[in-house]
Amino acid sequence: MSAQLNETPMQRERATTIYEKSKPGRRAAALPEAEVPEVPLAELIPARLLREAPPRLPEVAEPEIVRHYNRLSRRNFDLDSGFYPLGSCTMKHNPRLNERVAALPGHARLHPAQDPLRAQGALELMWLLQGSLAEICGLPHVSLQPSAGSHGELAGLLLTRAYHADRGETRTRVLAPDTSHGTNPASVTMAGFEVIKVATNERGGVEMDDLRAKIEEAPDQVACLMLTNPNTLGLFDENIEEIAALIHAAGGTLYYDGANLNAVMGQSRPGDMGFDIVHVNLHKSFSQPHGGGGPGAGPIAVSERIEPFLPRPQVVRREVDGHGPVFDLDHDRPKSIGRLRGFQGNFGVFVRSYAYILSLGADGLAEASETAVLNANYLKARLAAGRAGKYTPVAFDRHCMHEFVLSGKPMKRELGIATLDLAKRLLDFGFHPPTVYFPLLVDEALMVEPTETETKESLDAFADAVEAILAEAEADPELAKQAPYTTPVRRLDEVKATRQPVVRQPL
Amino acid sequence: MLAAIGVESLDDLFEQIPESLRLGRPLDLPGGLSEAEVYERLATLADRNADAEAEVCFVGAGMYDHYVPAIVDAITSRSEFLTPYTPYQPEISQGGLQVMFEFQTAMSELTGLPVSNAGLYEGPSSVASAGYLAIGATKRRRFVVSRGLHPHSRETLRTYSVGYGAEVVEVGLEGGLTDAAALAAAIDGETAAVFLQSPNFLGAVEDVEALGAAAKHHGALLVVACDPMTLGILKPPGEQGADVALGEGQPLGNRLDFGGPSFGFFCATEEQIRRMPGRIAGETEDLDGRRGFVLALQTREQHIRREKATNNICTAQALNALGAMVHLAWLGRRGFRELGELLARRTAYARQRLAAIEGVELLHEAPVVREFALRLEAPVPAVLERCAEQGIAAGYPLGREYPEYEDGLLVAITERRTRAQIDALAEALEVAVAAERRAYPAGVG
Repeated sequence: MSAQLNETPMQRERATTIYEKSKPGRRAAALPEAEVPEVPLAELIPARLLREAPPRLPEVAEPEIVRHYNRLSRRNFDLDSGFYPLGSCTMKHNPRLNERVAALPGHARLHPAQDPLRAQGALELMWLLQGSLAEICGLPHVSLQPSAGSHGELAGLLLTRAYHADRGETRTRVLAPDTSHGTNPASVTMAGFEVIKVATNERGGVEMDDLRAKIEEAPDQVACLMLTNPNTLGLFDENIEEIAALIHAAGGTLYYDGANLNAVMGQSRPGDMGFDIVHVNLHKSFSQPHGGGGPGAGPIAVSERIEPFLPRPQVVRREVDGHGPVFDLDHDRPKSIGRLRGFQGNFGVFVRSYAYILSLGADGLAEASETAVLNANYLKARLAAGRAGKYTPVAFDRHCMHEFVLSGKPMKRELGIATLDLAKRLLDFGFHPPTVYFPLLVDEALMVEPTETETKESLDAFADAVEAILAEAEADPELAKQAPYTTPVRRLDEVKATRQPVVRQPL
Repeated sequence: MLAAIGVESLDDLFEQIPESLRLGRPLDLPGGLSEAEVYERLATLADRNADAEAEVCFVGAGMYDHYVPAIVDAITSRSEFLTPYTPYQPEISQGGLQVMFEFQTAMSELTGLPVSNAGLYEGPSSVASAGYLAIGATKRRRFVVSRGLHPHSRETLRTYSVGYGAEVVEVGLEGGLTDAAALAAAIDGETAAVFLQSPNFLGAVEDVEALGAAAKHHGALLVVACDPMTLGILKPPGEQGADVALGEGQPLGNRLDFGGPSFGFFCATEEQIRRMPGRIAGETEDLDGRRGFVLALQTREQHIRREKATNNICTAQALNALGAMVHLAWLGRRGFRELGELLARRTAYARQRLAAIEGVELLHEAPVVREFALRLEAPVPAVLERCAEQGIAAGYPLGREYPEYEDGLLVAITERRTRAQIDALAEALEVAVAAERRAYPAGVG
């Protein structure tokens, strides 16, 4: 009873789907008149190919639709409302200018099959973005086609396969650190390779002896090494030049997972580190809004030797005598791995990211990375003091890049509260928690990435909240274990949702 | 801040990057611009595109110039939907998770299959993901694909199949429809999946059930790509024996955007639920018994299962799926069906009107819903050029992807294409074809 008396208004408002708000006969849309003969459908299409009853979509008027989705929106936490230090996700501010330019009819209503000669502005924009990303990555060629990071990974692995095949080689092994993003091994399997895990050393980098051992087991089978640098611990691997030399000597390619590119823009370039293939998450470093799980885009930048295999079509710029440059889609790429998707990629994302690059410029991009690194190190220092330093110490104690990883192991041992509990209690304090339980090699991991668009005040407020939660946990650990209390719903039974999946509204 | 960290300068923090790898110069990019300047720069580029506001668009080929209601923009531009990450913390992501659940319900209704995911990147890569599911389900590695499947889907499936170690066998078209005898002959006990599209790329409605019989007989999965806007009137793939129904979601609540971002939908039978790619929202309860939603069946996914995951997808297209859900709610049960009927009737009118033109005939006579193919007795690119001069994008030149239809033109109709615009297209096409026939008499073009 007391739980119900304490219910917040939003908790009291039980979840009701749009289907449950449906009443026969209500509607929002008014469609245009047909203006043509109203021929019975069965005269146009054989009856056995027609559907008997229409799909049971909701029947609701526009005011109810607006109210329904507005209310639902209030049951979300979002970056525009508060601090979102989700490690590896780069939750930086999404400038609204980008939305405005993406919505211009010349972009938003441009058909993807339009004759290239009548889509010159779009192709030029893509060509300019390719050039910008090439410069930022330090690699000469770019394909914008992949739809997100993991799509870029798959592209990179298929490029690797094509590169080796072109040299008459079939290589089977792809090396990846045990700290890698889950997408890396999943992409490796989809591309038909075997994942070989490489250990991490005491400074958080690749364990060089293990790397050498894994290469020497079968040097002629090494297809590729996938690496994130800075890695998922937020640490720059100081041995990268030696790593690159070892992989290249074995004949493999070096793949850069660009999820952490926000640390090094204008500071250091993957191409200069020796990488052959880089994917860039435009929805991380280049400010495309995350949309609650997409859309994004995952362009790839590659070295000269990988270029012949890039997906089709490629945007190219041709000089035509006396007419200035003409932009075109080049399908005539005999060594290409082929398409990875329809049309030209997530163009709307390209517009936003190009607007972002234009806004910041060379200096602004470098400054963004500097500030991201400054903010991460400042927050790390704040969390190294006080109770956080005692209960959730940093996993690898050195300067970090744009993110850092804490271990909740002492907190669990001494206070009996797990990283998940701390995360859930942070919700009551109005913060999105860090990424939890990743990377896997750190016990009770908390991965914190503040980004450059947060003020010192917001970093301080987060550090203060962690301190307050740990202080209250010293007195009463149950408080965190039962958290959250103030969110639209409290802790949810995820096991039930997987054991007896209910994945649609019964109608 | 530097003092709190215990360093003298920012440079000290970047010392972990070896000196030899520091760029040591500014990026070779222009300096930053003000908001007004960026706007002008991009507006200038946008002006150099002939979009569907600048000319009347009869181009389809997988993406269509539908009217996206204002309510879609109003809701998808809300910060609460626009700016969160994937809902890893369900207690503060109930809005997004419930939208996924509602979307899954809608797609399940449209396709007639019980399980839907929360969306994939777009159409063709969804087709390729179905191939991966089929390999997992059948332990076979051979795909039989109708040439009526979108050319981008066929090519994407081939690209991925190199990684899957799978073979792709293509079956041709006869009279605009998949060659049934050739399809049956191509399917064998090694076939993992049969891929059809209905309406197919030429706009023709396939008899999926009849074509799928051979797949059933050999234990191969039947994968059907479909245009969601036709599912208000066409028999859903789930009632025609499909194991997987999927497709390009752009016609629902998403703008053209020169090809993306949009979303792919992916529905399947109960039997395949644990092999599905992508996110799936599921209903559950909180500690106090309140209804709530979470990401269900996460043990399929890369962040848990790593190399054994059913797919590598992470960031997908949640916001685009929201646009689709709002559009479908706005159309509603009756509106959605009426829209399908409207498309079929206007298309029938346009098809008849255009086929009556001298030098123009139907490429096939199979039933269609919203897109149809013509043959021109004149070079198609030149005819399109002439129509463009009249402010009309007359269609998609089939020769781009089908050498056997070098003379083919694919014309698409949406609810935005009025009778007057269709009549204007007919006039422009008549003039253009006649002019080109005069310029290049029969046998030359």
